[in-house]
Amino acid sequence: MMRASPARIVLYVISLLVLVYLILPVLIIAPISFSSARFLTFPPPSFSLRWYQQYFSNPAWMQATRVTLTVALLTVVIATPFGVAAAYAISQSKLRIMRLIHMALLLPLVVPIIITAVGIFFVYAKVGLVATMPGLVLANVMLGLPYVVISVLAGLQSFDPAQEMVARSLGMNRLRSFFAVTLPQIKSSVVAGGIFAFISAMDETIVALFISGGQYQPLTKRMFTALRDEIDPTIAAISTLMTAASFMLVLLASARQKRSG
Amino acid sequence: MLALVSPALLVILALIVLPVGWLAWQSIYHDGFTLENYRRVFTEDVYWRSFALTFEISLAVTAIALLLGYPVAYLANSVPKGWSILILSLVVLPFWTSVLVRAYAWLALLQRSGVINQFLRYLDVISEPLALVHNTFGTVVATVHILLPFMVLPLYATMQKIPNDLMQAGASLGASPSLTFMRVFLPLSLPGVLAGCTMVFVLCLGFYITPELLGGGRTVMVSMLVSRNVELYNQFGAASAVAVVLLISVVAIFFIVSRFVSLDRVLGQK
Repeated sequence: MMRASPARIVLYVISLLVLVYLILPVLIIAPISFSSARFLTFPPPSFSLRWYQQYFSNPAWMQATRVTLTVALLTVVIATPFGVAAAYAISQSKLRIMRLIHMALLLPLVVPIIITAVGIFFVYAKVGLVATMPGLVLANVMLGLPYVVISVLAGLQSFDPAQEMVARSLGMNRLRSFFAVTLPQIKSSVVAGGIFAFISAMDETIVALFISGGQYQPLTKRMFTALRDEIDPTIAAISTLMTAASFMLVLLASARQKRSG
Repeated sequence: MLALVSPALLVILALIVLPVGWLAWQSIYHDGFTLENYRRVFTEDVYWRSFALTFEISLAVTAIALLLGYPVAYLANSVPKGWSILILSLVVLPFWTSVLVRAYAWLALLQRSGVINQFLRYLDVISEPLALVHNTFGTVVATVHILLPFMVLPLYATMQKIPNDLMQAGASLGASPSLTFMRVFLPLSLPGVLAGCTMVFVLCLGFYITPELLGGGRTVMVSMLVSRNVELYNQFGAASAVAVVLLISVVAIFFIVSRFVSLDRVLGQK
């Protein structure tokens, strides 16, 4: 099967080039962030931590980082129970309308994000939520919900609802039986869904561009503005930290999911 | 049970359904009903050019992603399990890097004093730096990079379901490997091609950050038209009409594709 025919060799070479194209940009950031040069030179003339220093000593970047972490944390705290409740209802109910609701909950993945962003901006402008923390959190809850719903629904697929019936026949009410029987078994997919919601909130840029402002600007909005003006290696340092953070979270989430599967 | 879904549903209704409805309303109502906004979108040159450019770029990106993604998916499907996991991990790795981070990386790679120009000058291939970024080229390179996983994953999923016996049957009937590929494997992989292309094309239609940062202001895609009408010109009606036309295009594409291939297959890959 695995004879190295000419066609096969061409296939290897093309695939290798494509994989290099995919990986190279991810790998290039870290060396730039440790470079001492003000402008991009490659390879870097010498290594230094000046761009990290610049990031950690700049009040504007620090404020933006605090906003990002707060928003991402609050998003998880709100989106996870909402998403778990919805996924549970979708999987248990035989109501016809649930199919429609299920589709509605996945809408944030389908509607082009620029449309969502502008639409939310108009609605927020009417109710005074532009440039506020609650506004930012709410928007990220909406965008994070599909990840929780998808992950928890997948977890519930391998759960046998009869177990909950047994618990209830033994006298537990529905709520207690959920927390005592069901939740421990789908815990991993709940955690994974929460982590994906966190990453989504941490990376979200376009909605923040429209609805955030003043002191409540997340990191991504400040990075976007900075990138439009000039290429400052401080952004390479921030990018490296962000990439490291999301990789660790993804590893955590997939380790969780594997255990549940 | 309805009580359990209602918090999530309320958030979705308030922040997706209501805003989109608002846009639709605003596009036809301003001190009375008007179709002026749509007339402008369909007749004025700026809008028309931007829509045309967006569809051209999306088509180009989809075609390039297919050309690059098919061999990778094919290879991942035809090697032993450990290798295919490695290949697929490399494919989804950039997926988990922020789109902004990747825009920065491409700027660092492609700009006049960037890594690629420096490398080419070092090799003496060029004497003047090439204009690789702040144009359509830079936009396409970075956009394909972001969307390629959306092409490879559905392709791989489809290829995995093609039974190996069929290829062996083809070979045992005397067909050459290339003939078996063309007559058996390729046609059977077409649902994956359709799913991947749809996903990439539709996502590309709404792209904003990449063309804004790598297009250099000349590559005005539809999403930039929307944001400029809001932020620079305060043309809310026009922005809404553009958004509605974009959304209708996306929904129409999903609708047409759903008649050929199950939508779960297209959306389930995210």
